[in-house]
Amino acid sequence: MAERNCLVANDWICWDYVTSRSQELTDATLEHIWITGASVLIGIALSVPLALLARRGRRWAAPVLGLTTLLYTVPSLAMFSLLLPVFGLSATLVVTGLVLYSLTILVRNVLAGLEAVPAEVKEAARGMGYGSARLLWQVEMPLALPALLAGVRIATVSTVALTTVGSIVGKGGLGNLIAPAVNTSFKAQVLTASVLCVLLALVADLLLLGVQRVLTPWTRATGRPAASGKGA
Amino acid sequence: MGVLEGAWDWLTNGAHWSGESGVWHRLGEHVYVSGIALAIACAVALPVGLYLGHLGKGGALAVNISNIGRAVPVFAVLALFMVSPLRNSGYLPTIAALVLFAIPPLLTNAYVGMREVDRSVVEAARGMGMSGGQLFLRVELPLARPLVMTGLRSGAVQVIATATIAAMVGQGGLGRIITAGFNTYDTAQVVAGALLVAALALLVEGALIAADRLLPRAATSR
Repeated sequence: MAERNCLVANDWICWDYVTSRSQELTDATLEHIWITGASVLIGIALSVPLALLARRGRRWAAPVLGLTTLLYTVPSLAMFSLLLPVFGLSATLVVTGLVLYSLTILVRNVLAGLEAVPAEVKEAARGMGYGSARLLWQVEMPLALPALLAGVRIATVSTVALTTVGSIVGKGGLGNLIAPAVNTSFKAQVLTASVLCVLLALVADLLLLGVQRVLTPWTRATGRPAASGKGA
Repeated sequence: MGVLEGAWDWLTNGAHWSGESGVWHRLGEHVYVSGIALAIACAVALPVGLYLGHLGKGGALAVNISNIGRAVPVFAVLALFMVSPLRNSGYLPTIAALVLFAIPPLLTNAYVGMREVDRSVVEAARGMGMSGGQLFLRVELPLARPLVMTGLRSGAVQVIATATIAAMVGQGGLGRIITAGFNTYDTAQVVAGALLVAALALLVEGALIAADRLLPRAATSR
């Protein structure tokens, strides 16, 4: 009897699928990684000035926090659809949507970290002649780093999951493999891509945990999440 | 403003509200799917989370389960259900995916709510001779309620927003209005769909706040 072909039998777990489509899987995974990475990095770059703005007083805090929270309630499907007229079918569209979502978690965490800096520490630094820029970069930011990194971990893990929805515009990393496979009931492809996606999130989380340990050796606690993630 | 006006025109056109792919039908599907999913998720997550919080055990599990839940894309779970035999059982794939999505945050929130109750109050109640059951019902539960209700509200809003994903695999709900608009490059319709989802989420959040206001007497006067 001939060897049983799991691709023909449409099995859930199929090693033949993984080997024969390894190029496709690698490309999708790489796309997933760069979309997630770019989104989180841009999110961090935007969240720090936004948090600094929100810290200037209630006049700024209310619109910044209100707007980033409001963005979070927009369903991901609607977000990507609404950005379509602006960006067309491109990865920029997906990255923009993911950046907007990541801001909710990141701005809150940066702000919480900055506000948790003890007033005595700031007074002491000012007394030593620190200007506001030096105070920010050498005293406040390092002390706010644990909260920032805790936010980065949450944002990264939820962004990895949300990237799959980008498949609606054909730029969803591993989601691009899941969407067409649903129509053709290709079990191995759906399962493999889904498992890779979860693994990606877990690996990213572990890597960031390592970064957290290296950058902030004074905190052993992992920090409490300030906001919950968004479902994809 | 042009886009919002377009969405308003779309929404005020009666023809868009009737029929199989009309707003009423899609809204009904959306409410049905997210309502059932939320009810099942609450029935599973709240007792477990509250009980673990009462015992003070399983904290690592209760807190980490929401981290794990965050890593699993709803779209992937939904896709897995859609290629399994479940695909022929109506709305079940969406409901099952939403239940799995909602359980982790609800459970973590219930657990954290119970653990945030002032330990000295719990000790005082024990010292007064309250049994475990009395302590749970009369002290911990009323004090944990605000946090648990906040978790429930955000869970409900998240489930309603996430239920739109069902449209990506051809299941029903308001997401279908968004995907239909997307496929025909009809931005007004996409905005209208998003507004409908947002309105439903706000309405449910308001209803839960109102329900919360009506409930306290019953829980504390016993």
